[in-house]
Amino acid sequence: MTSVLRSSANLTGEACVRNRAAQLGLLAELDNQQALAIAGGGQNYTDRHHARGRLLARERIELLLDRDSPFLELSSLAAWGTEFTVGAGIVTGIGVVSDVECVVVANDPTVRGGSVNPYTLRKNLRALEIAKCNRLPVVNLVESGGADLPTQAELFIPGGRVFRDLAELSALGIPTIALVFGPSAAGGAYVPGLCDHAVLVDRQAAVYLGGAPLVKMATGEDAEDEALGGADMHTRISGVADYFAVDEKDAIRLGRQIVSDFHWRKLGPGPSRPADDPLFDAEELLDLAPTDLRVPVDPREILARVVDGSRFDEYKARYGTSVVTGWASVHGFPIGIVANARGVLFSEEAQKATEFILLANQIDTPLVFLQNTTGYMVGTEYEQRGMIKDGAKMINAVTNSTVPHITITIGASFGAGNYGMSGRAYDPRFVFAWPGAKLAVMGAAQLAGVLSIVGQQAAMAAGRPFDEEADQRRRAAIETQIEAESHSFFVTARLYDDGIIDPRDTRTVLGLALSAAHSQVVEGRRGYGVFRM
Amino acid sequence: MRSISKLLIANRGEIAARIMRTAKAMDIICVAVYSDADSDAPFVRLADEAVRLPGSAPTETYLRSERIIDAARLTDADAIHPGYGFLAENAKFARACADAGLIFVGPSAHAIETMGTKIAAKQAMAAAGVPVLPHIEIGCAAEAAATPPTALVNRDVGFPVLVKAAFGGGGRGMRLVREAAELGSAVAAAQREAASSFGDGTVFAERYVERPRHVEVQILGDAFGKVVELGERDCSVQRRYQKLIEESPSPIVDPPLRERLGGAAVAAGRAVDYVGAGTVEFVVDRDGRFFFLEMNTRLQVEHPVTELVTGLDLVWLQLQVAEGRPLPPEVDGVQLRGHAIEARLYAEDVAAGFLPATGVLHGFSVPESPGVRVDSGVAVGSRVSSHYDSLLAKVIAHASSREEACRLLARALSDTYVHGVATNRDLLVALLRSPDYRTGDVDVDYLARHDPVELMRAARAPDVDRIHALVAALADQAERRQHARVLAAAPSGWRNVSSEPQWTTYSAGGAAYHVGYRFTRAGLEAATVNQESFGDVEMIHVASDVVDLAVDGVRRMFRIGRGGGSTQVHSSLGATTFVELPRFAEPEVLSVAGSLVAPMPGTVVRVDVRPGDDVQLGAPVVVLEAMKMQHTVVAPADGTVTGVGVEAGQTVDAGAVLAVVEYSSS
Repeated sequence: MTSVLRSSANLTGEACVRNRAAQLGLLAELDNQQALAIAGGGQNYTDRHHARGRLLARERIELLLDRDSPFLELSSLAAWGTEFTVGAGIVTGIGVVSDVECVVVANDPTVRGGSVNPYTLRKNLRALEIAKCNRLPVVNLVESGGADLPTQAELFIPGGRVFRDLAELSALGIPTIALVFGPSAAGGAYVPGLCDHAVLVDRQAAVYLGGAPLVKMATGEDAEDEALGGADMHTRISGVADYFAVDEKDAIRLGRQIVSDFHWRKLGPGPSRPADDPLFDAEELLDLAPTDLRVPVDPREILARVVDGSRFDEYKARYGTSVVTGWASVHGFPIGIVANARGVLFSEEAQKATEFILLANQIDTPLVFLQNTTGYMVGTEYEQRGMIKDGAKMINAVTNSTVPHITITIGASFGAGNYGMSGRAYDPRFVFAWPGAKLAVMGAAQLAGVLSIVGQQAAMAAGRPFDEEADQRRRAAIETQIEAESHSFFVTARLYDDGIIDPRDTRTVLGLALSAAHSQVVEGRRGYGVFRM
Repeated sequence: MRSISKLLIANRGEIAARIMRTAKAMDIICVAVYSDADSDAPFVRLADEAVRLPGSAPTETYLRSERIIDAARLTDADAIHPGYGFLAENAKFARACADAGLIFVGPSAHAIETMGTKIAAKQAMAAAGVPVLPHIEIGCAAEAAATPPTALVNRDVGFPVLVKAAFGGGGRGMRLVREAAELGSAVAAAQREAASSFGDGTVFAERYVERPRHVEVQILGDAFGKVVELGERDCSVQRRYQKLIEESPSPIVDPPLRERLGGAAVAAGRAVDYVGAGTVEFVVDRDGRFFFLEMNTRLQVEHPVTELVTGLDLVWLQLQVAEGRPLPPEVDGVQLRGHAIEARLYAEDVAAGFLPATGVLHGFSVPESPGVRVDSGVAVGSRVSSHYDSLLAKVIAHASSREEACRLLARALSDTYVHGVATNRDLLVALLRSPDYRTGDVDVDYLARHDPVELMRAARAPDVDRIHALVAALADQAERRQHARVLAAAPSGWRNVSSEPQWTTYSAGGAAYHVGYRFTRAGLEAATVNQESFGDVEMIHVASDVVDLAVDGVRRMFRIGRGGGSTQVHSSLGATTFVELPRFAEPEVLSVAGSLVAPMPGTVVRVDVRPGDDVQLGAPVVVLEAMKMQHTVVAPADGTVTGVGVEAGQTVDAGAVLAVVEYSSS
């Protein structure tokens, strides 16, 4: 008999009111940044693009997707805070095309002609990685001027990975499609070239290794663009493309048709539990989302607003209580949950989490990590009790676990806690963060303090006088820098997660991510039994 | 006296079902005959036994008397009820029944013959002292149309005149002529229609009464020479001489007039030794003078209103008389109790000039309520074909007063739900709710003077279709989510980065509705129709078949039906049928520009052009007939005919390419 969570949170308390205000502020800023990403190259470029009878990247995606189906956009704040446009001139996400969950990758031609900068590349590669590990067909909506030449040094070598990934996906039995709406020149020509299916839009697509000016420079030939790489030529003469589309809508129609002809079967099990809503309102997650990271949040309060029917069967509830583990389901997909309850991970917590990860692998159940950790415990007592061994067990278990992991950073993610709780480096299928999340080797104040102490010790050892005033300034500067670099936007901008999500969307995002993960076989690590730690 | 134990009903649809209802109650075994098009019809299932009449056209089936008599022999039936239409007023058939030893439930062949020829009928009536309108026979010759007897008509009848078919009725082959100059063309058209409908093109011209009322009297006669009348019916609400709404008693008939009408009707019946149920039709002018119009020697479509106000069962009485029994005493001196009104629910496109509509009924229900009778010949799943009359059902309300009956019927019809074919429901409701009808101020030409489309529009809230379009989009959305094969548990149209709303484009009644909508945590947001937003929309419940929505503070329930590629929304505001426009157009051009397509399903009567002909704007290209109406498809511009896709006699579906005209560039 399944247990149902109850809520005892005082949502009208001062802390909750503060949390809510802070979350709403962060979400407003998230909205602003996403609006910038949607605006792409801005009104002028958008108008010009429309005037040429072309659709915007997001308009193409909206037409491609099954109507009323959800779309989980990934890395929407890529390149935030850099010299490049927020979103990095490319839209990626997971959506349903002809009843098949696909990864969609669309160049935004209004942003510098859809050219690729280092962030564009990383975002594109991350989308392909998600396609690969979750076995999702890929639909590329191509219109790109190629590499952003001033940043070519950062692009040229790693950029080849895109084509390698496409070829690898194909070999893994994961179909790839290119719908080409505009230029796809030079290296870009290998996108349609390496996709399993290519559709070219008449009088828009331009797929060639070298355009007319380059050909002139290279061989002296006076060539025409249409003859070099038009839709008509490639579908009649070269065979580079398979389908001729009379216009953009036709290309999208063909793309949908191609996907429907995959007769796609997901390899993981379908949802098997009732997918009823939680008993508590997701809106209240804003009251619970931590603002002051020193104040612990009971993850059961979060889960009561996320999992199906608020049902949660807790594992080892009385042991290692700083971590909460247990079974639940989201959108009918059974999951195991590992969630920090009170920041610090002690040996017991590490052992309990390790056991639980092994159990989930034994029964092929995906794991969801809710990160809110300040790291593994330090101090003489804990070192002597072998904190490293226990932390290592957890990291080892996380590393070698083969069930899908989905990680959501709801608050702090500091130190090795990030690793043990299946941080980005541990290849979870998806990583998302709430906007108030902070990620760093340690908290900004702690880090500045550590540096200060190290400085004092160095000064003392060298017999130099210690400049307290300069130390104060340095401390403040470092704290500001680290605080900024721990900010969720800073982290997501660098593709260290797959996006910032509204806490209230946690259930939906988890449901979409789990469903995507179930396109692939869901199978745990076999070999040893479950160790009692 | 011969008792009837097995009755063959030589008819179809609602009337066949109606006759069986009474016959079954009398423990008479019922035999249906059915055409191929009717093989799944409710009346066939209702019958105890049924015999197939191969084919679908009436001339192959319900009009083939020898096949029907064969069917009676095959099933050992002892009587045939002809219903109305088809063979009901065919004297030869009545005789053939008698020759085959079968009881024909109807009057003598002689009475049918006399009344079947309008001119002979008028003479007989005049002789019996029944007032008749002056008339002149024109005949069936083509010369009569070429050189019409205009002077004679002017002298003996006087314009305006009605040109009518001498044989047959129901408005077929009828033309109003106001000016002498129009006589020739009207005669030609009437002759053509009469010939095709009744096999005889003879027509005559009769004085036309301005703004007449149509009042008819139900009579009954038995084999013992007794003829009684059961009061009048007023059938003044007509469209193109087709009755639409009938009632009893008539709001313009007072007791003295009732007595005179009744007396004239009984005299008419006696003049032909009438046996069975019959109807004597009169035209009543603005001054209360009445003239004999014609007599229908059969059960009328609108007989239920008489049944409700008299409490009698006319089919039961018909069968009693047919068995040779005398009329029972309850038919004497009947009093009309309360008021009954009948509305005919037709499958037709009112806006397109009452074009018969065809299709499959995906939804059909008339709410049951006390005082409301439904005589229906269709059910969910029925196919409405172009072969027969497009009457779906008759809805009849009976209440203590005319006002109450009117209200009851209007409500029953507005709650009536039909999906799959267009109907005249909205027009019926608009009429029943109109002040003119409420005060009884209508006449036969009412719908000629009042544009039915305008009447319907006036009765409809201005933004119905907008609201319905939004409802259709929301319900279709729910339908798609319900059938989603993946991510069915996710919120509809969910986006973490939202750039544009979901949208659907519908067409309805020739207009396009582009509906945008988006769901957020707060509910429905950004709902627009044709870029115009709604004031305040609150979504209480949205499912694929029902939507509970409050628009600007008013909450309503909307029912949604689907089928045949359309979505119908039905609410207290009315009904709208939407066809979704495809999101992705197929790149192939499907029809050649300049194609003339059939506006309705029907039969090609005439093809006026050949490939290569030059045609001018408005020139007739093809003449189509569907049901009782002829439609001429004309050239939409000057040009040359480059192809003709049909030939005379061919049956075509709506949308079929009839001919292609290449427009001349000028």
